[in-house]
Amino acid sequence: MLSRRLEFIAGVKDELPILLGVSPFGMIYGVLALSAGLPASLPFAVSFVVFAGSAQFVSVQLIGAGAPGIVIVFTTCIVNLRHILYSASLAPYLTHLGRRWRCLLAYLLTDEVYAITITRFVHEATLPSRSPFLQWYFLGAGLAQWSAWQASTAVGIALGAQIPPGWALDFTVALTFIALVVPALTDRPSVAAALSAGVVAVLVADCPYKLGLVAAAISGILVGLAVETQQTAARRRR
Amino acid sequence: MSNTPLAIGLIILGMGIVTYAIRLLPMMLLGRVEGRPLMRQALRFVPPAVLSALIFPELLLPGGILDLSPGNPRLLAGTLAAFIAWRTKNALLAIAVGMGALWVLQSVFPH
Repeated sequence: MLSRRLEFIAGVKDELPILLGVSPFGMIYGVLALSAGLPASLPFAVSFVVFAGSAQFVSVQLIGAGAPGIVIVFTTCIVNLRHILYSASLAPYLTHLGRRWRCLLAYLLTDEVYAITITRFVHEATLPSRSPFLQWYFLGAGLAQWSAWQASTAVGIALGAQIPPGWALDFTVALTFIALVVPALTDRPSVAAALSAGVVAVLVADCPYKLGLVAAAISGILVGLAVETQQTAARRRR
Repeated sequence: MSNTPLAIGLIILGMGIVTYAIRLLPMMLLGRVEGRPLMRQALRFVPPAVLSALIFPELLLPGGILDLSPGNPRLLAGTLAAFIAWRTKNALLAIAVGMGALWVLQSVFPH
């Protein structure tokens, strides 16, 4: 069993490959914000207050274009809707924690932190004795990404995007997701959920504001439920 | 920029509040799902569904255009990484091989 400190370090370590992909993205965000005509302090403030990559990209464009505040806030809300699924899926593993922990962890919840943390939580739940300090793992992964995001935003603002696109470092994010999801596909309903969500995501990729992702995820969940229900019924008949 | 600095400050604050609320509220309100089997059953599929929904477009839509051909380096490299993750369950190895494969394939099939 790992101590608090070792759980924290494990979270940081597991987050590291993803940071290779996230950091160029943070730099591009900084560059994009400046080219939208915003003062340098502003994209940094957004990274600090909002801490949500895709929503930040959209919102600095809208701020630069002088869109009404209500439109910008509402758009941010829509782009971040998918976090409802993340937060709900983590919720059962966090019930034993106090409010303060959940208030802290919620701030750090991004696509990448969710992917890493939920994979570990699900894995731990299959073990005979679950680590009592899993929140420290979440905190380690979250703070690692938070630090990298703030730092890469600052580098992007100060120096521009320094990493050649040809290195294709953004691909490390997809690769990490692959490495996390494939070993977890241990039964037919999960495979069905994954395949259907993936196909729907490709079909509705033109949907703006990440709504395609929400639609794809919900389709996957429904297909997973349907396959599982059918399996259970078939087993009962036997 | 047509918004005043004060207005922009308030907009950023508003963005922060809605984002935080979306991330926090389910965590706070949905704590105990033991009593709701359908909810628990549905939540089990969130990770595979969400992750695949993030992965598939990255592999199949490079540059936003559907490309199912073997000349699509991201599709080949991602499939190889998936195979390695499946056989070895070693995340770092899968990521390293996938990245290496992408670099090699990109130099073989330049855009």
